[in-house]
Amino acid sequence: MLLYTLKRLGLALLVAAFVSVVAFMLLRLSGDAALAIAGEGARDEDIELVRQTYGLDRPLIIQYVDWLLTTLSGDFGQSLYFKTDVASLIADKLPVTFLIGSFSLLFALALSVPLGVLAAVFSGTWVDRAALAIAVAGQALPNFFFALVLIMLFSITLRWLPVSGSDSWAHFVMPTIALGYYVTPPMMRLVRAGMIEVLSSDYIRTARAKGLSSFSVVFKHGLRNALVPVVALAAVQLGFLLGGSIVIETIFALDGLGYLAYQSITHKDFPVTQAVLLLLSLIYVLLTLVADLLNAFLDPRMRVA
Amino acid sequence: MLGRSLTAAALLATLAALPASAAKKDNSIRFAYDQVLENIDPYFNNVRLGVMMNHAVWDTLIYRNPETNAYEPGLATSWKWIDDRTLELELRQGVKFHNGEPFDAEDVVYTLNFASDPANKATAQQNISWVEKAEKVDQYKVRIRTKRPFPAAIEYLAGPIPMHPNEYYAKVGPKGMNEKPVGTGPYKVVQHDVGKAIRLEANKDYWEGAPKPKPTIEKIEVRMIPDRQTQVAEMLSGGLDLIMNVPVEQAEQLKAAPHLAVNSGLTMRIVFVLFNAGENAPHPAIKDVRVRQAIAHAIDKETMARQLVGEGAQVIETICFPTQFGCTDEGAKRYPYDPEKAKALLAEAGYKDGFDLQFYSYRERPQAEAMVNYLRAVGIRANLNFMQYAAMREQHRANKAAATHQTWGSFSINDVSAGPSAYFKGIDDDMTKDPEVIALFEKGDTSVDPEVRKEAYKRGLQLVNERAYAVPLYALTTYYVSDKELEFKAYPDELPRFWEMKWK
Repeated sequence: MLLYTLKRLGLALLVAAFVSVVAFMLLRLSGDAALAIAGEGARDEDIELVRQTYGLDRPLIIQYVDWLLTTLSGDFGQSLYFKTDVASLIADKLPVTFLIGSFSLLFALALSVPLGVLAAVFSGTWVDRAALAIAVAGQALPNFFFALVLIMLFSITLRWLPVSGSDSWAHFVMPTIALGYYVTPPMMRLVRAGMIEVLSSDYIRTARAKGLSSFSVVFKHGLRNALVPVVALAAVQLGFLLGGSIVIETIFALDGLGYLAYQSITHKDFPVTQAVLLLLSLIYVLLTLVADLLNAFLDPRMRVA
Repeated sequence: MLGRSLTAAALLATLAALPASAAKKDNSIRFAYDQVLENIDPYFNNVRLGVMMNHAVWDTLIYRNPETNAYEPGLATSWKWIDDRTLELELRQGVKFHNGEPFDAEDVVYTLNFASDPANKATAQQNISWVEKAEKVDQYKVRIRTKRPFPAAIEYLAGPIPMHPNEYYAKVGPKGMNEKPVGTGPYKVVQHDVGKAIRLEANKDYWEGAPKPKPTIEKIEVRMIPDRQTQVAEMLSGGLDLIMNVPVEQAEQLKAAPHLAVNSGLTMRIVFVLFNAGENAPHPAIKDVRVRQAIAHAIDKETMARQLVGEGAQVIETICFPTQFGCTDEGAKRYPYDPEKAKALLAEAGYKDGFDLQFYSYRERPQAEAMVNYLRAVGIRANLNFMQYAAMREQHRANKAAATHQTWGSFSINDVSAGPSAYFKGIDDDMTKDPEVIALFEKGDTSVDPEVRKEAYKRGLQLVNERAYAVPLYALTTYYVSDKELEFKAYPDELPRFWEMKWK
């Protein structure tokens, strides 16, 4: 188990390092940063000044190593656009994103578990197919479109919910649904597959034979075991939700990490973009690692992988 | 397309239920904008929202009346040029900043000297770099010395140059000014949630005799909403009272909503095609004046203005906004839409079978596509290269783009020195570098006599047209969508004047 953990940890670090290199290069190669920072109507002198001030005239490798070293020492630098330090900017926005991410995950679980159980118990019938259709629709609809449909329904027609902002709990309802619905299908399928497998196993037959109610059999004995892999998947999905909230945050004008990333890309605010990307990839890598370890802990067969 | 059909469907839904405006009841306005302000201090941002905040929270020495474009006393009661490079201003007495600090010469001197010092890295250098230094003469009199003769100074002092309180600003700097802004203007900032919202409150003690009226609306909430669909949805659901820059097709549909008013307003942003016709021009055909003239004849700007720009669009014949000082189309060669003449000119220049052309653009894509089609109609095989502004400018300045679709807002400065001079005075964006044209714009920018300036600009604009260095097209409009009960007026400088607005 220790060896396995170390191996996984090493792999995770490599992935994080790779992501940081790719992010750095992509940002630098997508156009002259100094020009973008200087803005419309800037004179050549201004642009040259920007280039020197921000050290953009140095070779890419040196810029990268420089950035990596300061970052590793805990200093994320200054935002070129907001002129404040990146760490506090991120600390400011992180809670909103975590809130939407966690809510969405809870929503996805609340939807996928009952649907998965229903589909498994009535496997092969119309109930199964209906549950599948509900879940798959989530994956088929692009989430920006789904978000607009929600706005039309709940804000414009029914006037139940505010369109955008993050001032009250009501503001989080639509973003949660729009984001959470998207990750429902894989979890629902996993619950369904797990339940079908568990329900046909020997101990369930024993439980039924003991004369337990079918509710108790399905939920107490069956679901508990079927949920084990879902927990691990949920951890990975949380990483996906945190990184994937850029579009949702932009549509609902939620002032979170995703929106910050979007702004920083449009303003070529490299220090911010890099820090956000690094942070999100680290979270993702960490959650994947947790999922791996969790799986391995629960199922010793996987430790050799 | 998607957005359009959604708006249409949403409209049907909204026709049923009409909300009573919550904002009207508590005498506030909820406004949204799609940009984020990096710093609310007007010297340290270069976005439109920053200009709006500048005029709501601060005041300028001189005031330009938006109706007449005449200069009127602001924080300065009078001003005169002592020599070519020295402007003397008498200051108003009895004005107080939001924090109680009295306004006097010290504030003017500190603000101007601080902002114009390159070491302080003001963002919009071009707005302030003409100031050499400001000096106090007595408590209510200052002199501003310019680096070179700069007659447009008056216009700049009426625009992007607000007055800061010297003691407070010296203590907190631009960073503190962002967190807790202090000006003399009609509104006070009560809260600035960076990236999210700015909340303003009417300044009850706004100084007597100010050219801006005392505000009627008590509270303004400016929210940053990046997505236009979301802004429109907020308007439909009654969550906002005013938005601007609504795309023409959505604005047209929103007219059907009974609780909304849709207004279009002309803006100072002009659109033109800029050629790179210099010695080392990247395209041989574009070097030929007949080819450039052919392109000017090939584009039907009247139709484009009417159908693609929207209500109230104004066709221009020279590359400046008509109200700008020195802007005129008198005696300038015109190029009416005439595809036959365009073909004839091409044939005459030896391009009977046309040629390949990369056409660069960065905004208003439908307009760029229309132009590409007009060019193809006369045999020029144009290909659209649509990219970010910074990328297009890079291509242009690197001498790689022969024809670019440009737009220019002159920073809302009502003077030609902030307009065509940027493109034809031999600096940065001027790739053609015609010495005769350069000399004329230089003369216009630096002469003190208004008549001499006007004459120089007129001749310069005439030459640009005659030699077809650019194809002037039209001034853009912008659509405002507001609650029907809100009374407001749109101006070409795209500045929503909250202090003038009222609930009916």
